[in-house]
Amino acid sequence: MGKIGTLYRIAGPVVVATGVNARMYDVVRVGKEKLMGEVIQINGDKATIQVYEDTTGLKPGEPVESTGEPLSVLLGPGLLESIYDGIQRPLPVLREDMGDFILRGAYVSGLDLKKKWSFKPTAKKGDEVSGGDIIGEVQETETILHKVMVPPNKSGKIKDIKAGSYTVEEVIGTLDDGTELKLAHYWPVRVPRPTKRKLLPEIPLITGLRVFDGLFPLAKGGVAAIPGAFGTGKTVTQQSLAKWCDANIIVYIGCGERGNEMTEVLTDFPELQDPRSGKPLMKRTVLIANTSNMPVAAREASVYTGMVIAEYYRDMGYDIALMADSTSRWAEAMREISSRLEEMPGEEGYPAYLSTRLSEFYERAGRCIPLCEEGAGSISVIGAVSPPGGDFSEPVTQNTLRVVKTFWALDSKLAQRRHFPAINWLTSYSLYNDTLGQWFNQEVATDYSELAEKAMGLLQEEEKLLEIVQLVGSDALPEKEQVTLRIARMLREFFLQQNAFHPVDTFSEPKKTYLLMKTALHFGDLAYAALERGVRAQIITETKAKEKLADVKFEKDYEKELETITKAIDKEFDAL
Amino acid sequence: MKEYKTINRIAGPLVFVEKTEPIGYGELVRIKLSDGSTKTGQVLDTSDELVVVQVFEGTPGVDTDAKVRFLGETIKLPVSGDMLGRILNGAGKPIDDGPEIVPEEKLDIGGAAINPYARGNPSNFIQTGISTIDATNTLVRGQKLPIFSGSGLPHNDLALQIARQAKVRGEESNFVVVFAAMGITNEEAQRFVSEFEETGALKRSVVFLNLADDPAVERLITPRMALTAAEYLAFEKDMHVLVILTDMTNYCESLREIGAAREEIPGRRGYPGYMYTDLAMIYERAGMIKGKKGSVTQLPILTMVGDDITHPIPDLTGYITEGQIVLSRELHRQGIYPPVDVLPSLSRLMNLGIGGDKTRDDHKQVSDQLYANYAEGRDLRGLVAIVGEESLSERDQRLLKFAEAFEKTFVTQNRKEDRDIDGTLGVGWTLLGEIPEEELIRISPEIRKKYYKK
Repeated sequence: MGKIGTLYRIAGPVVVATGVNARMYDVVRVGKEKLMGEVIQINGDKATIQVYEDTTGLKPGEPVESTGEPLSVLLGPGLLESIYDGIQRPLPVLREDMGDFILRGAYVSGLDLKKKWSFKPTAKKGDEVSGGDIIGEVQETETILHKVMVPPNKSGKIKDIKAGSYTVEEVIGTLDDGTELKLAHYWPVRVPRPTKRKLLPEIPLITGLRVFDGLFPLAKGGVAAIPGAFGTGKTVTQQSLAKWCDANIIVYIGCGERGNEMTEVLTDFPELQDPRSGKPLMKRTVLIANTSNMPVAAREASVYTGMVIAEYYRDMGYDIALMADSTSRWAEAMREISSRLEEMPGEEGYPAYLSTRLSEFYERAGRCIPLCEEGAGSISVIGAVSPPGGDFSEPVTQNTLRVVKTFWALDSKLAQRRHFPAINWLTSYSLYNDTLGQWFNQEVATDYSELAEKAMGLLQEEEKLLEIVQLVGSDALPEKEQVTLRIARMLREFFLQQNAFHPVDTFSEPKKTYLLMKTALHFGDLAYAALERGVRAQIITETKAKEKLADVKFEKDYEKELETITKAIDKEFDAL
Repeated sequence: MKEYKTINRIAGPLVFVEKTEPIGYGELVRIKLSDGSTKTGQVLDTSDELVVVQVFEGTPGVDTDAKVRFLGETIKLPVSGDMLGRILNGAGKPIDDGPEIVPEEKLDIGGAAINPYARGNPSNFIQTGISTIDATNTLVRGQKLPIFSGSGLPHNDLALQIARQAKVRGEESNFVVVFAAMGITNEEAQRFVSEFEETGALKRSVVFLNLADDPAVERLITPRMALTAAEYLAFEKDMHVLVILTDMTNYCESLREIGAAREEIPGRRGYPGYMYTDLAMIYERAGMIKGKKGSVTQLPILTMVGDDITHPIPDLTGYITEGQIVLSRELHRQGIYPPVDVLPSLSRLMNLGIGGDKTRDDHKQVSDQLYANYAEGRDLRGLVAIVGEESLSERDQRLLKFAEAFEKTFVTQNRKEDRDIDGTLGVGWTLLGEIPEEELIRISPEIRKKYYKK
């Protein structure tokens, strides 16, 4: 515990105290009500503190006490299925304690301190262990096995360790230097948890969405940005991702979003089924909800809280998908606090360190060998940005684009045309195409990346041609171009469009993605060849067999179906 | 309670007081002038040396001899079920010559955030009787749906009409209306009040009036007063409350004024950097709570400066609220009332409140089809200006006519006309009847069979 200082000045959520003797980013208890705050600036004897709760009624002279610890979260079994605010206070517990409104001065532990967990040790007495080593297991939910680790900064020889039923605070064993081992430990949110080493992102995060897996793949450990304009189906896309992506654990951060929309997430998520296990999706999900009217400092902290939780599970060797909605609101919180500190503003009033903070945060994503060296874990980040007025040139979008490798451009025009998922294939990109292409070529089919490139080429060609068509009409196009338009349309309708609400079509495994793409392009090859032979374009576009492709995506047994169609297409062309 | 005569600086609406005992942040302040009158203020900044007070009535007449008293409590609004039918000023004092309100409770006007976990899912359709809102931008109980307007447009008429007509289908309990005016002219205020009185709506309303010549700083507490009353009526008295806030632009101007007087570093266009959070604290006080009967629905009105929707006020508002209703100067010039431009308008909660069991099975599809046709028709107008109407295809000419008819019959409505949802969808189907059935691709065959040209 640090020295007790006194409040000197209060002006909104930022207060100044003297004589606290705290370090930067230490958590302090402000005033008689012991409101939680964090030191964000030190100037001589004066410490500037951002307070996570409403400061109304605080007076100069009230005590300010440093805890000597940075803002930390309690990591242990029970995180999954939780719904937290920005500083890891469980919202359901808060509601029980103080009713429907969030009042201040509430202390609630992030984990249930009374619940007993059945612990099975995997390490034994006398084992030499160091930070991050796995010493035992707890079945946290039906779908996730929680691995109990030595806190990253501790090491030694195990003096004793016992199986049994424990709460997160009880001692499950000790090290020879007297360190007590428990099921849970604290970790500061702003400090990345250490790993052995980072791996290159070479494995794709399979999303089951054809437009992503086929054209714009995201690597496990990669970072993607989704600009979320009005009514583009951002929520549906995110829920599809949460449901179907092959990550073990989902961390969803609602940062500064609307209360009513957060409610939708909070009511929808618990009802979603995990398609793999058939159990509720919540069994492997952590939700963090911090709406726009909750204290701004807690909003700023919420993304870090989510990240540390993700890192903790990564250290057990799990793959995590972290979704942050939206990072623009987070950046605005930074801007607000910065302006309260009267810092010199950068572009559009954002602090000059905006780009550093963003890249630091995104850099915590990645695929790593954890400290325990058992397997590999990863954190893939999918961050939504909401550029004001849809203007992509604003600082948050620009600084985000500088770090992210995958950009999934949701497009309201496509949404209006009812093309879902409304991902614009011309403005989206993925820089993982090269590295992940190799994986797809090895695991799915040798020509996977080649076909994807070809499909992209056709779609781009289509865009150019459509501009001409608008001016002169499609009849005026040369024969070859007319065929190109037809193939591109097949790609759009049969391959890119996907119905998230159809039981079969909602998930497309890589093989299906590949085969659909391949069949459409196979038709293309035959069509161009026929043109060479002198067949008229109109006859080619009017062939019947290809139309059957429309329904294949809704078929469970797509392989057989595609084979039949391919044969029919071949036969039809032979006859031309 | 101690009185201080230590004012050392007065700047704009701010008074700086020295050498005080510890004063709480946000505390209520009474300032007694040398002529005996008093003013009220709130602590904005407090430290050992200096306390900054914003004075709601403005600082004219305040001198360094004025006596300052700190009341040791934050601003509270006395609330009671008897508030209905009353007219209060922007600071919550009755101005209708009626008796003082006997408070059942005194509530802090700051308002705490609703725990997201405690929120109920909004899903009840509110019928406003305005076709462009009910059909294509449906308002849902617990929603906050602002009207983006421009100066000189009839947003106040529209707000009044909604206040008069809003109801939830099949439920007896109509809305009570909490009306907060910020910086509107005396003339407008009188119209509001007389309209409320005439239609008998006043009985089920609470009116807060901060007029254009009332102190600007008072505007900062008016919406908070109104929402505190609304929350009380909704969550303690089980009422459904519709809150109309007009005009939020004036509110934001006051916010900027205070920011400038405090010499804060300005953000975009001189508005303070915390305006987003400040607006969120107001707008987010809409919603429903699990297990409570009442609800707070918000209809804030803001005039866009220079009709610019990217201006910080509409921009930040749009990021907090669940959609927007946009009024168009062009439609207004053509004499169309209400001049709602459906294309940029949006209700994000619409899908939660419509459909077979809530409105009608064809609602969503009709809305989509009307929207698509009107959008295309409007696009074609630009083309017609270049190539002339004759060179358009038959289909395009049809769409052009559709857009025209849409504005004349669907958008246009009498100021007293309360069109229920069946009527609204009926007008929609009449318009769609002019379109060949096979071109209605947004509407499923079953629905077409049921309603097309019926």
